Amino acid sequence: MEKINNSSFETKDIEKKSLPSWVFSWESFLLATTVLVFFINCLASPYFLDPWSLSDATFNFSEKAIIALPLALVIIVRDIDISVASIIALSSTAMGFTAEVTDSLFLICSAGMIVGTLCGALNGLLITRLNIPAIVVTIGTMSLFRGITYILLGDQALKNYPESFSFFGQGYVAPFIGFEFASFLVIAVLFYILLQKTNFGRRTYAIGNNPTAAYYSGINVAKHKLIIFIMVGFFCSIAAIMLTSRLGSTRPTIALGWELNIITMVVLGGVSILGGSGTIVGVVIAVFLMGLVNSGLGLINVPGIVMSIIIGAMLICVIALPGVFQRLRNKVGN
Amino acid sequence: MKQLLKNREAQLALVILSLLAMIGAIIPDFLAISNLLGVYTDTSILIILALGQMLVIITRCIDLSIAANVALTGMVVATINSLYPDFPVPVIILIGAGFGTLLGMLNGWLVWKMKIPSIVVTLGTMAIFRGAVFLISKGAWINAHQMSATFLEIPRYVFLGLPILGWCSVIVIAAMYYFTRHRQLGRKIYAAGNSPTAAYYIGVDVGKKQFIAFTISGLLAGIASYLWISRYAVAYVDIANGFEMLVIASCVIGGVSIAGGTGTVIGCVLGALFLGIINNALPVIGISPFWQMAISGSVIILAVIANSRSERKVGRIILRKAVQNAS
Repeated sequence: MEKINNSSFETKDIEKKSLPSWVFSWESFLLATTVLVFFINCLASPYFLDPWSLSDATFNFSEKAIIALPLALVIIVRDIDISVASIIALSSTAMGFTAEVTDSLFLICSAGMIVGTLCGALNGLLITRLNIPAIVVTIGTMSLFRGITYILLGDQALKNYPESFSFFGQGYVAPFIGFEFASFLVIAVLFYILLQKTNFGRRTYAIGNNPTAAYYSGINVAKHKLIIFIMVGFFCSIAAIMLTSRLGSTRPTIALGWELNIITMVVLGGVSILGGSGTIVGVVIAVFLMGLVNSGLGLINVPGIVMSIIIGAMLICVIALPGVFQRLRNKVGN
Repeated sequence: MKQLLKNREAQLALVILSLLAMIGAIIPDFLAISNLLGVYTDTSILIILALGQMLVIITRCIDLSIAANVALTGMVVATINSLYPDFPVPVIILIGAGFGTLLGMLNGWLVWKMKIPSIVVTLGTMAIFRGAVFLISKGAWINAHQMSATFLEIPRYVFLGLPILGWCSVIVIAAMYYFTRHRQLGRKIYAAGNSPTAAYYIGVDVGKKQFIAFTISGLLAGIASYLWISRYAVAYVDIANGFEMLVIASCVIGGVSIAGGTGTVIGCVLGALFLGIINNALPVIGISPFWQMAISGSVIILAVIANSRSERKVGRIILRKAVQNAS
């Protein structure tokens, strides 16, 4: 049959694919890797499948994962926020000082949440009102927020938290399911709905794909970005509550270096650093993948810094693989 | 004169001079030539690294692994020296420079050939390099007494009033100035960052220019690593941890645009000096070192706001850009 082709570009035949497209998606590739790592873990350590060790493993990634969700939105709109760990520190400090004067859980947590949200708002305002690239702004606020923590705390630690405060970081809502992990699952579902099922989510993708086009189609780009940055600040404070409660104290070095772990989760989840693509499902699978790798390596006594080599190598390889496959396929095709 | 005041480097120089005047009003001794030379020497390593980072940022990339590169190369250099104290120091320096270059080339190759965004690449290699330091050292420290005397003494040797450490940065500044202003390759690096599409059509291989920028950044990190180790006389896993942010901050304060294509050697050096002076002056005027981080953070934000004001385009705007993209 003769092809009718008015365009100078070749159009690809769509019927050629025999398998549904989700088979080739990033999410299924990640899921396959996660399952593989799960089985390797089972073989590597007899303690891995123990429900308590699995439950313990969730505590180590839930706080980071809660920040990874809003950060995915930031990266989808082509921005980045590397001040997240510093927001945790400042928010935790606010809680620490509140705990010095009152035992009210409500006051302690709201102090943290207010400070976290304000930090996010400051980032968002600098980025949207003054049109400064997000990476530069958040490099600045990263030092600023943690710097304020150092000024307030010096080399001291705040640990006057009431007994009941420990629930957020150490409590269980059901057997083997910690409060942290349960919150992560709930927040992940909320973000899934927000990003895939609402106008807000569609606008987020539109901005990431083409900010200028989005602007001319009537989306208030600045306001939208501001809301996303405020969300990041807010969820940093949620993570701060959990982390502070789990550690039982606030030090100026709290959550130091976390921003890289969190960004790795998001990027590994298939959110393109160039913006416009990525799903919450992908980020959630990436969170589990990193959690499994970390807990598996921990069980066979690999030191944390060596784990970071593996995570770093995994990040680069996983991002490079699709391109390499594409090139191989092209070579075979020609 | 008016023209001069519009120049960003001149503005920054004025800010630095007034900062010095302010510090001098409180502590006159700070302005003594010997002290200023000391501050310059202390900032030398930051200047060297910032110049490498500048090239990378000009090509629209970013190198987050630069401090981890210093740590890894530094550990290699220190390990060679502690195991073979009689090994000639110049050869060790060459090995360090070569090793740093290789690490930079690895970054550049991943960006160029694998087409991975530089922020992802260097985020990964940052973790890998830092972990490799641990693998080499097994977590142990290499202390001053394990290093040979010549190894430690060379950067401290004073020549014409300035230690070799300071002269190293002078040489790097001169070389980078010549490279970026008077070599074709240097100009092409600017072209690749300014408008990759236009650069492509005039025959500039943009990916390759990014590779070269990363390679030079790695080379400078390799040189800086030896200087760092010998200056602080200790090598361990966490050296220069977080220093990459200070390096990027120097570039940003110096007017290197994160959007690529703009930035000068002089601006970058002034940016690094600005941070160096603040860091040196704070303890002298009796401000607790705990204030240092917050102050550098605020300075970065203020500098960026100032730069974004001066970057506003003049003339008739036909199609307003909705959002300035950061990438």
